[in-house]
Amino acid sequence: MTELTKRERMKLPPTEMPERDAAERARGFMEVNFGYDPDLAVTEAQRCLLCARPTCVDGCPVGVQIRDFMGHVAMREFTEAAEVIGVDNSLPAVCGRVCAQEVQCEGSCVLDKKGKPIHIGHLERFVADFVREHSPLEPTPNAPSTGKRVAVVGSGPAGLACASDLITMGHEVTVFEALHELGGVLVYGIPEFRLPKDIVRSEIDGLADRGVEFRTNTVIGSLDTLDDLLTEEGYDAVFIGVGAGLPKFLDVPGENLIGVYSANEFLTRINLMKAYSDKAQTPILDMHGKNVVVFGGGNTAMDAVRTAVRLGAARASIAYRRTMEEMPARVEEVHHAQAEGVVFDNLVSPVELLGNDESRLTGVRLQRMELGEPGDDGRRRPQPIEGEIFDQPADVVVIAIGNVPNPLLLRTTPDLDRTKWGTLVADSATGRTSKKGVFGGGDIVTGGATVILAMGAGRRAAKSIDEFLATGEW
Amino acid sequence: MNTIVEARALAPDVCYFRIEAPKIARRRQAGQFVIVRVEDDGERIPLTIADSDAEEGWIALAVQAVGHTTTVMNRLQTGDHLVDMVGPLGEPSEIEQFGTVAVVGGGLGTAIAYPVAKALSDAGNSVISIIGGRSTPYVIFEDEMRECSDEIHPCTDDGSHGFHGLVTTKLDEVMARRQVDRVICAGPIPMMRAVAETTRPHGIPTIASLNPIMVDGTGMCGGCRVSVGGESKFACVDGPEFDAHKVDFELLSRRNRAYLEWETEHNRSVS
Ligand SMILES: Cc1cc2nc3c(=O)[nH]c(=O)nc-3n(C[C@H](O)[C@H](O)[C@H](O)COP(=O)(O)OP(=O)(O)OC[C@H]3O[C@@H](n4cnc5c(N)ncnc54)[C@H](O)[C@@H]3O)c2cc1C
Ligand SMILES: Cc1cc2nc3c(=O)[nH]c(=O)nc-3n(C[C@H](O)[C@H](O)[C@H](O)COP(=O)(O)OP(=O)(O)OC[C@H]3O[C@@H](n4cnc5c(N)ncnc54)[C@H](O)[C@@H]3O)c2cc1C
Ligand code: SF4
Ligand code: SF4
Ligand code: FES
Repeated sequence: MTELTKRERMKLPPTEMPERDAAERARGFMEVNFGYDPDLAVTEAQRCLLCARPTCVDGCPVGVQIRDFMGHVAMREFTEAAEVIGVDNSLPAVCGRVCAQEVQCEGSCVLDKKGKPIHIGHLERFVADFVREHSPLEPTPNAPSTGKRVAVVGSGPAGLACASDLITMGHEVTVFEALHELGGVLVYGIPEFRLPKDIVRSEIDGLADRGVEFRTNTVIGSLDTLDDLLTEEGYDAVFIGVGAGLPKFLDVPGENLIGVYSANEFLTRINLMKAYSDKAQTPILDMHGKNVVVFGGGNTAMDAVRTAVRLGAARASIAYRRTMEEMPARVEEVHHAQAEGVVFDNLVSPVELLGNDESRLTGVRLQRMELGEPGDDGRRRPQPIEGEIFDQPADVVVIAIGNVPNPLLLRTTPDLDRTKWGTLVADSATGRTSKKGVFGGGDIVTGGATVILAMGAGRRAAKSIDEFLATGEW
Repeated sequence: MNTIVEARALAPDVCYFRIEAPKIARRRQAGQFVIVRVEDDGERIPLTIADSDAEEGWIALAVQAVGHTTTVMNRLQTGDHLVDMVGPLGEPSEIEQFGTVAVVGGGLGTAIAYPVAKALSDAGNSVISIIGGRSTPYVIFEDEMRECSDEIHPCTDDGSHGFHGLVTTKLDEVMARRQVDRVICAGPIPMMRAVAETTRPHGIPTIASLNPIMVDGTGMCGGCRVSVGGESKFACVDGPEFDAHKVDFELLSRRNRAYLEWETEHNRSVS
């Protein structure tokens, strides 16, 4: 292959992600993005300037060596690329699909200023998918057994990443999961059309092959308490990665009407319980030809509203307090939602949910908002415009305004320090909690955050668990 | 895992199962439930732990066939397995020395109230049980209830067994005769509501075991929310037992019918 000069590289146009036609995908749960093929991937990677000081790496929360893997992809060395990524990221097929690249790696790429950042996420996803399908990497062999046993509570990205590193270090690892399926939000929250469940499954199968033991249907705190794990059950350390799974409601009249779902319930019925399929036994309210209003502006709201489109809603809308600019969702999801016909009603806030005399939802009462002065977080605060209240018909409402930590586990472990928001107190560098031998990471510590941050926290905790097991020092 | 060690009919459309679950048997307390799945792609349904034996390692469930999943479950035989079972879930019942406690069970509700009656009796309370059914075969758990009760009053709508009339009529009669310090009820929603109205004028603390539709049972979805004293509560983690005088039973009964249409359509298209 001829070497391209920097100038030539800069002239190349970005390689767009091929995707399923919007009209077709709005009817099904098939993945929207098709993924690059090897030629597209190489073409895109060739645009990378292989910067001497790669700023992209600073933007990645776990510091994936982006420049180095780009170099390999440009040379068609996909296995080598996967090895480079694997050093820092144990779930690349997932992160390539769900990271908010525009504010992380791609947002820090030098080409971002020109509006043409390298599509790092697409390439990370390509490398992971290609290698998984064609020539899976040999996993790093597990170190000789240390005879130590670690319990990992929760099988979301934090728990899976922690378990993966611990098993490699030679410890015995058991992952406990409350639900009947493994994967946390990756399986019950994020829909199939964005993250196929087979990918999560294959990551988990890989861990099982390497010796991680999984126990589903096990709620720690009620079946065994944390103390039981450390005493009766004989674990030497525990990692808590139970996520922030308790849905917030709006706190307006009418939220118990039939037709009002939390995003967690709505998405769980669809993703985990497969309510969209004729064979599944879990019901979902009929959305065909109906008005569905989703409150919120994050990834969860986008997932919910796009799911409603796929269930046949006549009008599926986002009702958000601020404007498109402040929307926290990934830009790609917002674009996909727009292409699929989702309506964005910005600068509105719910006042009341309206129902009929059978307690069924019939509409929403909204307050028109405007953006005022910036608040503590630097974002301009939405404030009501006096007198501008109006009603809108709605058959289904989905509330996607965030989750708070589920108290199930912490309630039964009084000696674990927590914050006034109910999150677990854990050192951000080591994951250590206030209780000896107990570590934590992911959404339970940060509050609802991201897959990559949860994964990173799980890996840092694994490292400090390893140190603790070796020295016994706290 | 989750092997059924005994399955037998208890009443028309009601089956009794003993299921191997050594750990749950050791941990569970009165008032708690499990969530089971009985087929692939199946629904998760909550069922109260009616009894258990920690030494022998089993828990008991009593199941009334009301729809698809409970019907499929009630076809299972000794030696079959449940696909999934998780528990114990829910807050345990408040068990203290209250004095005299009337435990009111209607239909299947007697199986739900039984573990609470037993725990109350073990804690030194004097238990008066009032257990109702449409007619003789529908009155369940009578022997078990008798074991832990000072007084037991079976009631039937048709008078074929015990008292001829409603459990609330019997409850009134008991309250007129004896001091009752607390009332526990489990059964159909109209019955629990009637019990609440019966005790309200007397100001007797009354607890109802609620049965909203659930999905995960771990506090993650909020689908099980009920309105208690004007506040939303998640029945799976805050309950399932609540102050019956504060529960909005009308809303609960409506929410439980949310999927009636879906069920009719779906079961027709599947079968
Ligand atoms: C709908 C939705 C869309 C999202 N989209 C994105 C996205 O596009 N990009 C992104 O980066 N992030 C996204 N997120 C956020 C991301 O999924 C989370 O930040 C991440 O999953 C947190 O990982 P975790 O391992 O901390 O917890 P979780 O993934 O929440 O996993 C925790 C697990 O612990 C289990 N558990 C809880 N309590 C117990 C107990 N007592 N005993 C045993 N097990 C227990 C739970 O059942 C769960 O499986 C999204 C979140 C949602 C809800
Ligand atoms: C904490 C708790 C403990 C319970 N314990 C028991 C028990 O020990 N034994 C037992 O037989 N049942 C119990 N139930 C009720 C049981 O979970 C439901 O009957 C079951 O989920 C119905 O599933 P299905 O698929 O058979 O019926 P579906 O097809 O889902 O419903 C059939 C009909 O039953 C009604 N229904 C749906 N869900 C419920 C519900 N949760 N409660 C009452 N009616 C409902 C619907 O209106 C519908 O018309 C309990 C419920 C809760 C919440
Ligand atoms: S892990 Fe996420 S942020 Fe890091 S390089 Fe990959 S896609 Fe970008
Ligand atoms: S900053 Fe952009 S161009 Fe430079 S190495 Fe990183 S991805 Fe390549
Ligand atoms: S059943 Fe989901 S929160 Fe109670």
